[in-house]
Amino acid sequence: MAPKTTPDTLAKFKDPALCRNLLDRIRAELPGPLAFMEVCGTHTVAIFQSGLRSLLPEEIRHLSGPGCPVCVTHEGEVAAFLELARKDNVIIATFGDLMRVPGPKGTSLKQAQAEGCRIEIVYSAFDALALARKHPESRIVFLGVGFETTAPTVAATIKVAKEQGLENFLVFAMHKLVPPALAALLQDPEVNLDALILPGHVSTIIGVEPYRFLAEQHGVPSIITGFEPLDILQALLLIIDQRKTGRPQVVNQYSRAVADDGNPKAREIMAEVFTVSDALWRGLGRIPDSGLALAGEYQRFDALTTLGVEVQDLPPLPGCRCGDVLKGKMQPNNCPLFSKSCTPATPVGPCMVSTEGSCAAYYKYAL
Amino acid sequence: MCLAVPMEVKSINTELNVADVEIAGVKRQVRLDIIDYPASVGDYVIVHAGFALRRLDREDALETLKLFQEGLNLQFN
Repeated sequence: MAPKTTPDTLAKFKDPALCRNLLDRIRAELPGPLAFMEVCGTHTVAIFQSGLRSLLPEEIRHLSGPGCPVCVTHEGEVAAFLELARKDNVIIATFGDLMRVPGPKGTSLKQAQAEGCRIEIVYSAFDALALARKHPESRIVFLGVGFETTAPTVAATIKVAKEQGLENFLVFAMHKLVPPALAALLQDPEVNLDALILPGHVSTIIGVEPYRFLAEQHGVPSIITGFEPLDILQALLLIIDQRKTGRPQVVNQYSRAVADDGNPKAREIMAEVFTVSDALWRGLGRIPDSGLALAGEYQRFDALTTLGVEVQDLPPLPGCRCGDVLKGKMQPNNCPLFSKSCTPATPVGPCMVSTEGSCAAYYKYAL
Repeated sequence: MCLAVPMEVKSINTELNVADVEIAGVKRQVRLDIIDYPASVGDYVIVHAGFALRRLDREDALETLKLFQEGLNLQFN
């Protein structure tokens, strides 16, 4: 009988003896300075939480990229969902992290709620459907943020809403696609990085192929990896190996969760409900074909057109350097606002709001 | 919010297209709309935002661990 994956099996991915071994090998084999960027906010937190950051050799510089969904939500999108919240007869359904993201005038959903706007925190897009059933007299607007991991869950929910004829369920689709953002990042001459650690759970959906250009066109070693200390250490060893051989590649280290062709069923549902569109990213600006808009017969679920709200290309908040942090141009603790006017209790920008934001991670673990 | 965690499948309701999952005493009900490979009771699935994304491959997890372990043995021998 095949052995089971048990909590014990999963715990072994944190095994201190194995970690020490991999760390020793990294130290012994590191050919010189190495700046790597992890794209995913969950990796950022995992690297801090496991203490890896302090254990790695000093020559390894660790940058955090644009992979926290709340952090990359553009100023204009924040303004738009605050406007939606103020519409008559609207209930906003949102993941909790968006509650405290400040809008252009410093207001947030939390403040809007205190002023009487109806806002409900949901754990899943599907929970928003239950709200739509419970409040047939109101329009439920689900705030759809997230990357390729989350977008299929929202697409599946919209399909169910259509099947069930839930006319009062609407979505503000702010989903973003990771590969076009990485392309934009690598085209920026001010961004200097030697390797990428690719987001594990985005990859469960898109697989390996969409990342090939990173190695082939940009010569950047790129590893799809899991979130345990051993996964991250192995990814670093794979990067070191590629630097030594001079052959950059995209490698799937996280094969226990990521099939090389990803999850075709999830992509099919996504492609049925959404169409690829341009998107505004905080810090990165407008990136062609990096977003998802509602497609065809699903356009009637679009909150913006139904409620007459537009997303404007607004400037960053005064003094906020989240854009530079998201591009790895600035370490969070070098931002003039960091831990002064901007703290987790009083966030100025989204990188300090979200638990996956690199500023929040620095504040919590590196101060 | 982008966090995804492996949870064990405790029961499956094909009619409602949901599964009851659990990890370390935390229980959830998750949708099965987007999982590509059907999971069975006892499997681990990656759960994100109320949906099961994918079944975790046991053999692959153990194989990865074996590779780590071999690296360790090589060093100690």
